[in-house]
This record gives sequence, C-alpha cells and structure tokens, in this order.
Amino acid sequence: MGETNMDMIKITIDNKVVEVAKGTTILKAAKDNNINIPTLCYFELAGMDIVNKPGSCRICVVEVEGRRNLAPACITECTPDMVIKTNTTRVLNARRTVLELLLSDHPSDCLVCPKSGDCELQNLAIRFGIREINYVGEQSTYKQDDSPSIHRDMNKCIMCRRCEMMCNEFQTVGALSAINRGFTAVVSPAFEEDLTLTSCTFCGQCVAVCPVGALSEINHTGKVLRALNDPTKTVVVQTAPAVRVAIGEEFGMAPGTIATGQMATALRKLGFDYVFDTDWSADLTIMEEGTELLNRLKKFLAGDKDVKIPLMTSCCPAWVNFFEHNFPDMLDIPSTAKSPQQMFGAMAKSYFAEKKNIKREDMVVVSVMPCLAKKYECSRDEFKVNGNPDVDYSITTRELASLIKLANIDFAALPESKFDDPLGESTGAGVIFGTTGGVIEAAVRTAYEIHTGKKCPKIDFEELRGLEGIRSATIDFDGLPINIGIAHGLKNARKLLEEIREGKSKFHAIEIMACPGGCIDGGGQPRHHGNSEIIKARWNAIYEADKNLPIRKSHENPSIIQLYKEYLGEPCGEKSHHLLHTHYFNKHNVFEVDLNKK
Amino acid sequence: MAKVKIKLRQEHIDIIKSICKKFDYKPGELINVLHQVQGEIGYLPAEVQELIAEELKIPVSKVFGVVSFYSFFTMQPKGKHPISVCMGTACYVRGAESILDEFQRVLKIGVGETTPDGKFSLTSLRCIGACGLAPVAMIGDKVYGRLCPDDVKKIIAEYND
Repeated sequence: MGETNMDMIKITIDNKVVEVAKGTTILKAAKDNNINIPTLCYFELAGMDIVNKPGSCRICVVEVEGRRNLAPACITECTPDMVIKTNTTRVLNARRTVLELLLSDHPSDCLVCPKSGDCELQNLAIRFGIREINYVGEQSTYKQDDSPSIHRDMNKCIMCRRCEMMCNEFQTVGALSAINRGFTAVVSPAFEEDLTLTSCTFCGQCVAVCPVGALSEINHTGKVLRALNDPTKTVVVQTAPAVRVAIGEEFGMAPGTIATGQMATALRKLGFDYVFDTDWSADLTIMEEGTELLNRLKKFLAGDKDVKIPLMTSCCPAWVNFFEHNFPDMLDIPSTAKSPQQMFGAMAKSYFAEKKNIKREDMVVVSVMPCLAKKYECSRDEFKVNGNPDVDYSITTRELASLIKLANIDFAALPESKFDDPLGESTGAGVIFGTTGGVIEAAVRTAYEIHTGKKCPKIDFEELRGLEGIRSATIDFDGLPINIGIAHGLKNARKLLEEIREGKSKFHAIEIMACPGGCIDGGGQPRHHGNSEIIKARWNAIYEADKNLPIRKSHENPSIIQLYKEYLGEPCGEKSHHLLHTHYFNKHNVFEVDLNKK
Repeated sequence: MAKVKIKLRQEHIDIIKSICKKFDYKPGELINVLHQVQGEIGYLPAEVQELIAEELKIPVSKVFGVVSFYSFFTMQPKGKHPISVCMGTACYVRGAESILDEFQRVLKIGVGETTPDGKFSLTSLRCIGACGLAPVAMIGDKVYGRLCPDDVKKIIAEYND
C-alpha cells in the first residue's frame, strides 16, 4: 500500500482488521463486512433521504474495548484503532435483556395482530428464542384510534419514533409527536386527539415504517367479501398501476415482478364481476388534466394575468389533503381533475352502469390501491351521489394479497389473463402514474401532440425520471419551452408551493406525489423494511410495463376515444366538468374571538 | 376533518401574539414562549397551544410534546391561591408526602387539579431552597415551613374569606 488515505481509518471488528471511512457508524462498518447486528428503532431508506436513528432501543449494542458501557452500533462512529466485538456473551445477554424489557410492556396477542408474520419485534423474539417474559409489571394502555385510513393501537408502540420521523421530517405534516415522559411516553397527535382532528394527510408512511402492530390500515376485506357474496350486487374492481409491480412480493416472487396477468386472474377467481383497471382512468385523467393545462397555458401566453400557472397535479389524495390543510390560500393552483380512482368510480357508476343497465345502488366499486389516503379519499362527501359513494371500498395491495391467501389461490402459479373491456383497456401512459414523474410524463406525451398537432418525436422522457426528491426539466413543445417541476415527499412539495406563493416559481406544470418514489412505495404496499432496492425494482418494473404495451399515449387509448365519442363529448366539456372534476376545501384551523367569555 | 374553530378571548390572543413576536417567532424559543404565556395567562389550554403553534409555524403536536414533557407546564387553570408542596429530598424524608395527601383529602382534588370554585389548585414541586424548614409548602408567594398534617386545615382556613 502506498500513501494512506487520511479519510480512512483502521478498526478491528470481530477480530478482523478493516478500513472504513471516517464518520462510519459501527453498524455500517459491520454491515459492509457481512456482520449482522440486530436493530429495531434504526431505520434507513438509502437514497431516499430517510433515516431514523434515535439510538433509543439499545438492541444494537456492541462491546468496544476500553469503553466501560456497551455502545449502540447505530449511532456510535468508528474511531481510529477501535476494537469492536459484536457477538460476546455480554453483548448477547444485554440485547436479550433489552428485548425482554421491551416485551414486558408489549401485548403478546401476536396471533391476532395485524402485523403477525411481518413484525420486526416478533422476528427478534424468534431470533432470540424468547420462550417466556421474565419481567412482569404494569403495561401502558392508550385509547384505540380509528380514522378513515389508519388504525392506531399505541399499546403496541415501542417508541422507535420512526413514524414521527416520517410525519415530521419527510412529510413536514407534523400530525405526530412524542408526548409525555417516562413510562407514559408515546407517539401521538396533540392533546391525544384522534388523528381525524389533526392535519394528518393519511399518506400512511407512518404505517409503512412502523416495525410493530401499533399502526396499521383500516381493513375493508370483510366488507369486500360480503359484497362479493351478495347476489344482488354487481361488484366491479379497479387496480392501481403500482399494485401490479408489488403484489408478487406477497407470494414470494422477486421484487419488480410484473404480475398484471396473474392479478387479473386472481380477481376473477375471487368473484369480481368485472375486472377493470385504474390505468384506464389514468388515461382519462391525462385527457382532462392535460386539456386543463393547455387551456391555462393558452390564456397565460396570451397575457391573462388571472390565470393560475403552474398547474399542479391532483392525483395524490395525501397531497390534496396537504395543500387543503397548509396552503388554503392556493386552492386554485392544483388541477380540478379528480384522481384516477375517483374518475373510475364516477364513470363506472354512470357510463358503465347505464351501458349495462345496472342501478347505481346495485353496483359496488372496489379499488385496489398502494395507498391509505385513497381510503379517506373515497369517503369524501363530494364523491358521493345521494350518499352513495362512487368508490365503495378501497383496499390496499396488502389487503388484496390477504384475500387471495384466504381464498387458497396459488397466485404465482396462476395463468395470466387480461382486464375486461371497456374500462380495462389502457396505455403505457397509464402505468407510469405509479411512480414519481410518471403522471407528468404521461401528460407531456399527450399535451405535446394536442398542442402542436404533430407527432411527438419521442415517447421516453428520461429527463423526467428519477428518484431525487425534487427534479426539473424543460420540454420543448415544438418551439415553446415548457418548464416542469416534479417532487415526491411532502417536504419537497412544500418547497415548491412556497416558491409559488413568493412568486418565484419558474414552472408551468408541477407533479406532486406524497410517498417516497411515488405510489410504488405507498402506505398500502408490501413492506420493504427499509430495503430501498425493493423500491428501485418496482420503479424499473413500472417503466418495463410501459415499454411492453402496444399503445403508450393516453389520447390513443381506443376506449377513451370511444368514451368521449359516445358519452362525455369533449375533454373539460360540460359533462366532464360535472363528472370528472372536483373542488377543494380550506381545512386550516380558524381562530375566532369568543365574545361570550368577555 | 372539518375546519377546527378555535375560540380565544381577544386579550389572550393579543398577549400570545406579542410574546411570540418578542421572541422573533423562533421555533427554538418555544420553551421560553410557553413559560411567559403561562406566566401571563396562568395555564396552557389546547387553544393557547394551537395559537402558539400557528405563530411559530410549528406543528401543534410539537408544542403539546413539550407541554406534556415538562411538569412545570399545566393545561389546567391555576386556582386563585396556587398551592405547591415541596417533594424535594429534604422535605420528602421529613414527611412531605403526608402533607400532600392531607391537602388532597381536605380540598378533595388531586395533584395538578383545581377546586371547582377556582379557589385552590394543588401541585408538587422539587425543592424551593428552604430545606431547613422542611417539609415546606407554598401558597401563592407565602412559604409555610415545618409542617405537620394537622396544620393543613388551619392554613386553608386562612384563605377562606
């Protein structure tokens, strides 16, 4: 070896001398050398700017020569010539004690827990061979909290604070915070209120990262089964783009497997009368949102000072909740187009129901979504007609997998089949709605051709793709440069919104998705347990699925062309406006002077 | 998810806003803001915390996190005569617990609570620096030392006008 690199230091870990970069934690050094140290509160989604290391659970302790107490590996940085032992009796005993103490204040109803089989605490108990809990004492109890999307059972909280990190740092929503101290400390909304009374957007990222059963989705599988078994109901299902590239994981298939065909077959086996696709209504969304963008642009270029530019996408219901709570002065910036889930519901219960002569109240529309906010979205009053919702039940990818398991269907062995017509026919533009950048790329593919009247020279807009939190690109619309902004993660959305508020935004159109990577890592997806390679595999699969489709532009979808011809008329026309567009509400807290108390 | 309407008296809104302004709306000054607002208003009910969060542009969950962490902060209105019983080491070993118990029994309220007529509130604290007089209690700014449980009724009677 020649010169020594000043930034590298030598350490000894489990009798092996290794070089690590300055600032490396013991946990990282161990991992890089194939030494496994158990963790619990520690959470990282590499490449997504997401890390939680409060160093509080103490499961990852190791022995460091010359140090009196054990060191938590996740937050202790390596120092030159450090001698670390990760597997001594002292370490193993300490970890066991830590785990037993955690378990002493944790319900042991694993059999009926929504997280059973996928719980990081349960996995540790298995790994440590826990057969009895030696510490008996008081158990902390909190009220159960149900919102339209999320169930909170804080008796199971282990105070890892991952949810708090996602809610505050990644989303800047701040619905959750650590409260109280000592034994009664817990993560909770202010005043231990219900989540529905907070500024929670129901993005579900708290649920996505919770290692235990404290946070889970509101489960609608029972209601779906009842509808499927009701002979008076016609049950229609739609599946979101991101579901098909993740559901295979629940059945042992490799991350990134495109299981569209197996999923359609499974849905038929479950008894759905019509197996349709949210990708179809994603194409419809492009027609409406793309037209709205072009209309606004035309006015803007003609010098209209009142027109709102940039237009922001409105597909993501957590994002909609976010601006309704935090930017009530800017409710006219986002597109008025409903999300694909809601456009589908509105069309299924009007266009399709009329076609098939099915009464609205006899039709049940189920959506399979990678998302928890979709559960809240479909319960919103403005998406109901005389109390009957356009989408009756929204279930997650995980819930669909549990239904398939319940029905004893061998998913991986299923033959592939296609969606039904006409609400099942879709394009590559619809599929890419499932990841960050996809909605705006789909919009560009269509808006370019409508605006210029020419065929777009390319289909793949690589400049709009990627997993960086904020991205931008300028697309040349045949001489007219269109500036596009893209953000995922609501903290990034907040930055772009604040720019608009200050009049500094250079964008004409902005796409926002709340979750890391977009819907592919929605709160309803199979759990990745911090492995961002899984998210990257889903991301690749989305673009693969797009490439595999014969039609890749929304305005070329024959079923959509037919829909406008025989039912809607034109995009953003009167009928579309009534059925496919919505409005937003100010959900910000209001301060009022109480005159009675004077 | 309807809009939450927050009702506050105008004079309290003004006090809270001026204190937040005094600290330049810095989120890092949250504890100081809470301290002063409690000093002015007497306690920190939910509405007050909502307004402080709004002014400092931080989530109200964070404000509540701090209020619920420190025992100094209270969400209950203090009585006209706030009673604090010292539970510091010196007072404790000289029987402070029985003094506190007696206050609870006589006033029929728990620690952290206020009598329904708003006259007395009861809290415990850690050491007021009068260890030589242990066990000690304070009512308002007045210190009572070398207490025994029998004194409690007599002291309360002083304030029953």
